[in-house]
Amino acid sequence: MTRKLASLALVLPALLLAGCEFGSKTQTQVGPRGTAMVQIHDTSSIKPLAAVPEPPYPLTPDMLEGQRAKEAYQNVQVLGDLSAEEFNYTMASITNWVAPDNGTIKDGGCNYCHNPENMASDEKYTKVVARKMFQMTRNINANWKPHFAGSQNAAAGNAGVTCWTCHRGNPVPQYVWSSNVANPKSIKGNKFGQNTPAQTVAWASLPNDPYSALLEGKNNVRVQAAKTFPTDHVASIQSTEQTYGLMMHMSQGLGVNCTYCHNSQNFANWSHSRPQRVYAWYGIRMVRDSNDNYISALGNVWPANRRGPAGDPKKIFCATCHQGVNKPLGGYPMLKDYPGLKGPYVSAAAPAAPAAPAAPEAPASVPVAAADTSKPAA
Amino acid sequence: MAYQNIFTQVQLRGELESGVPLGPHNDARIGPFGFTYWMGKLGGAQIGPVYLGTLGVASLIMGFIAIEIIGFNMLASVNWNPQQFLRQFFWLALEPPPAKYGLKILPPLNEGGWWLIAGFFLTASILLWWLRTYRRAKELNMGTHVAWAFASAIWLYLVLGFIRPLAMGSWAEAVPFGVFPHLDWTAAFSIRYGNLFYNPFHALSIVFLYGSTLLFAMHGATILAVGRYGGEREIEQITDRGTASERAALFWRWTMGFNATMESIHRWAWWFAVLTTLTGGIGILLTGTAVDNWYLWAVEHHFALNYPATGVVDPATLPGAPQ
Repeated sequence: MTRKLASLALVLPALLLAGCEFGSKTQTQVGPRGTAMVQIHDTSSIKPLAAVPEPPYPLTPDMLEGQRAKEAYQNVQVLGDLSAEEFNYTMASITNWVAPDNGTIKDGGCNYCHNPENMASDEKYTKVVARKMFQMTRNINANWKPHFAGSQNAAAGNAGVTCWTCHRGNPVPQYVWSSNVANPKSIKGNKFGQNTPAQTVAWASLPNDPYSALLEGKNNVRVQAAKTFPTDHVASIQSTEQTYGLMMHMSQGLGVNCTYCHNSQNFANWSHSRPQRVYAWYGIRMVRDSNDNYISALGNVWPANRRGPAGDPKKIFCATCHQGVNKPLGGYPMLKDYPGLKGPYVSAAAPAAPAAPAAPEAPASVPVAAADTSKPAA
Repeated sequence: MAYQNIFTQVQLRGELESGVPLGPHNDARIGPFGFTYWMGKLGGAQIGPVYLGTLGVASLIMGFIAIEIIGFNMLASVNWNPQQFLRQFFWLALEPPPAKYGLKILPPLNEGGWWLIAGFFLTASILLWWLRTYRRAKELNMGTHVAWAFASAIWLYLVLGFIRPLAMGSWAEAVPFGVFPHLDWTAAFSIRYGNLFYNPFHALSIVFLYGSTLLFAMHGATILAVGRYGGEREIEQITDRGTASERAALFWRWTMGFNATMESIHRWAWWFAVLTTLTGGIGILLTGTAVDNWYLWAVEHHFALNYPATGVVDPATLPGAPQ
């Protein structure tokens, strides 16, 4: 009897702890005590930072001079203001980033997008997509600076994205989403977009495609009441679960807890939140801008194998760039080597020098947001 | 060491006992059926007789219909695949109607209609079972404490699934049937209404819930600890000295300076249990109807601390912000 009890005493705690992560953790306090505002990382499961490829060759200042690309080549619609040499440098880089000629992908190299007989031709859809992606990259770097305001590279003007940030050597980035197929009319096979063990929402039964509703268009992410007593603010439990699902993605996509941005005792309260929440707020709108005005705007250019089961193209979300770390590529200032991707300011709505969103260190006197998602693609 | 065990050690065997005779206007009882050793480990070893009666039969039928509707909706959602039904059971649900239907009596069956029908039958089943507990207590010339304790739980159930949705004007506010889905509902409900932990009735409900477990542990432990003196025969001992009952009382008087009596401990336990769901139901009913954000309410009423501002400003309020 005693032996039975003793073995039970040994086995039972082991079973109860089976779901726990053992090993050392790092903790960083990020808010007031007693609010769980601490970032806890299991040191063994922190994602190693992806290697950042070297530029194909050094880009020297004299290479920026000389004939422009639009004069040297035909049909250069977006990068025409670059020097021909910087243009070639940029082309060599994107080949490495998106369609490398090293045998890892089928038809990698220049010909992934170009007809070698006529480099100016738009006959391959991949070239049309690549042009739109250059516009998107420049739009992100020029008009969504508030999203990068927390970066240590912001002051030097090197905070932003390159093609590599998402693609990492793949023609289609590893982390993308497309809409769920529509629910059937009857109850047969109908989960109403939820109630399924889905990785996208951390295995909860939450709505597992919160992206279609919240990462394109202009639907409101905000659900929590902003006033003590009832107002005309309406948000159903279902829409709350949708927001919850999106937040699960943000948490997983960035490898952070809720408290990386929020003081969880009152999620909606901005004055208790961390500045990271502001960067994320701009990030959501940056993603919507990119999805609506660039990726979805390509429409029928996308062939069937680049679309999801519902027929919509593969679109971006937080994980596309972040890939499980709060600063993509560990905050490496990759953009410094590729000035051609920074892009001119194209939006009339964007002020010349967009102010950073109010941060506790230096609240701008008249903070001005940088861009308006309603503007059409550049 | 027989009394120091988590299972009942003593099992009575003898003539099967039918219990007291029933009064007029009662149905016949079914059984007794016999003794089972394993049930005797948990309680009395005799199974039956059971009084089913009209109310019991009606309640079981209603409950069966409700469970069937819920179960078959879940089974349909996995394309009638029994294996997937088992694998995904904890995720599956029968969801209430979406908000667009408001309080429509019968929205399309596949959009919450089945939920309303299942809810009707489940509620009918529960209310019939309540009547049954009341009637059976009366027939035994007992007090109706069990029925009223059950009524307190039914109050919380009705607030969650019926009364509050009525007050909010939408069935969509109600809880889905399903294991994880109802837990997700709970989390989303708290987030939507500004953190339920700052709802004072929720706080009271937690006090009574945890208090109930504490009292249950204290009482259960006390009685088992005096089991060697026959402590489970509480009432017949209270007038004598040196009994299990007196020792149990002395233990708490020595450790706390105060003891419950053999009667009062049950009164305490009953009220703690009843108040758990009673206050919980009040808290749920006030949420969204009277108060929309409990944290802000708590700060305004000096019930919670306001944390120092971090200086972060809602970017949507800045001029020229994208929406």
